[in-house]
Amino acid sequence: MMQPFLELLTRDVRLALREGGAIGTALGFYLIVVAIMPLGLGPDLKLLSRIAPGILWVALLLSALLSADRIFHADHEDGTLEALSLGPLPLELIAAAKALAHWLTTALPLALMAPLLGLMLNLEIAAYPPLVVTMLVGTPAVSFVSSIGAALTLGLRRGGLLLSLLVLPLFIPVLVFGVGAISAIVAGPGGFSSPLAILAAFSVASVVLAPLATAAALRIHLQ
Amino acid sequence: MYQLANPTRFMQFSGALLPWLWALAAFLAIGGLYMGFLASPGDYQQGQTVRIMYVHVPAAWLAMMGYGMIFLSSLGSLIFRHPLADVSAKAAAPIGAAFTLQALVTGSIWGKPTWGTFWAWDARLTSFLILFFLYLGLIALWQAIEDQSKAGRAAAILAIVGSVNIPIIHFSVVWWNTLHQGASVFRADGPTIAPVFLWPLFSMMGAFTFLFLALHLTAMRSEIQRRRIATMLARRANQATVPAAVGASQTP
Repeated sequence: MMQPFLELLTRDVRLALREGGAIGTALGFYLIVVAIMPLGLGPDLKLLSRIAPGILWVALLLSALLSADRIFHADHEDGTLEALSLGPLPLELIAAAKALAHWLTTALPLALMAPLLGLMLNLEIAAYPPLVVTMLVGTPAVSFVSSIGAALTLGLRRGGLLLSLLVLPLFIPVLVFGVGAISAIVAGPGGFSSPLAILAAFSVASVVLAPLATAAALRIHLQ
Repeated sequence: MYQLANPTRFMQFSGALLPWLWALAAFLAIGGLYMGFLASPGDYQQGQTVRIMYVHVPAAWLAMMGYGMIFLSSLGSLIFRHPLADVSAKAAAPIGAAFTLQALVTGSIWGKPTWGTFWAWDARLTSFLILFFLYLGLIALWQAIEDQSKAGRAAAILAIVGSVNIPIIHFSVVWWNTLHQGASVFRADGPTIAPVFLWPLFSMMGAFTFLFLALHLTAMRSEIQRRRIATMLARRANQATVPAAVGASQTP
């Protein structure tokens, strides 16, 4: 069971790396969303430094969402998904491998780029370690929850727009606890560990539960 | 439940039930509105604005009951493949969305004189707004997928995922400062509202509940009729084209 799972995972990661533009587009989108924020809000460094964690998290969610509708799209179009579903791997693990590949190729690079963009927003020095930690802990939930939306909207016209409507409300806990943990460090007294623990719990729960819902949604399209 | 799986039997049953539901809703609404707007005093602190409560609280209750209805119907459609569960889930979504919006709007109108603001990012308000977004997502998914049975299963999955998330979202936003008052009617130590406000509130809640049931059954009935018409049209189109095609092949 492990062998085909890893093979599917490496195939998807390799495809994303060699396809070109897949990772770059999300990173470029992230950069541009963060860059236009100061233009809209004004160049007040104090204000920017205060709202930087929120901007970085919201922009990360949008960028991850932008590439989420491609998780199953290409494989659905050319029939690979049907061939995979007939193979030894249960559909739940196929869904998990695809979501994990999305995390490795999109959400992880975005999370690692966030500190660089923090420089543009005058993020406080103390906030860099919690920013990276919360993003590493929280982004698996982002990838796995978006995979549910991607499976539900598979093959629909305007699927990408519908995907954001379906999935963004489900991102709210990640956003609240991610930003909450960072501001607990920056703003002074307040626990960093308890929001982080809840964030981790949400991530773990979605890694376990989301593939079930994703596989159920994929079965609708595979009949 | 299983006897009602037959749509014809469901149509008979709901047709007989509907007038009673409408009558009960109207009776309780007239009583509640009379008690609430004419026979009860204003609050000593809030004045006349307290009367918004008689519309706001029942609407908020229905917003949650509507999602509960969708959740149960989704379980019914995914686990038992009950043929009417899809219809029930589809019919409940717009009604629930309308009552969620009503709760948000009436709360906002009440908030301006009482809290001094139309909107605050408080836990209860935010989770209701997210509930509204979940309703919109369900409606959009129903409209985006043409095949009704596929749309039903996709919406059922989304509804169940959303129901897992509603408590999480609620507790995540509780972390923000909370402005909205806590529960005051259904408490272990009895209600903290004076009876003069409580009776019209109960009456209106009953009226709204029966109104929801009546609207829901009506929407289910029209959805069943719509599907029957679609089937009849498809059958007629089929009958119209088959002899024509046979005739066309014979003419040359």
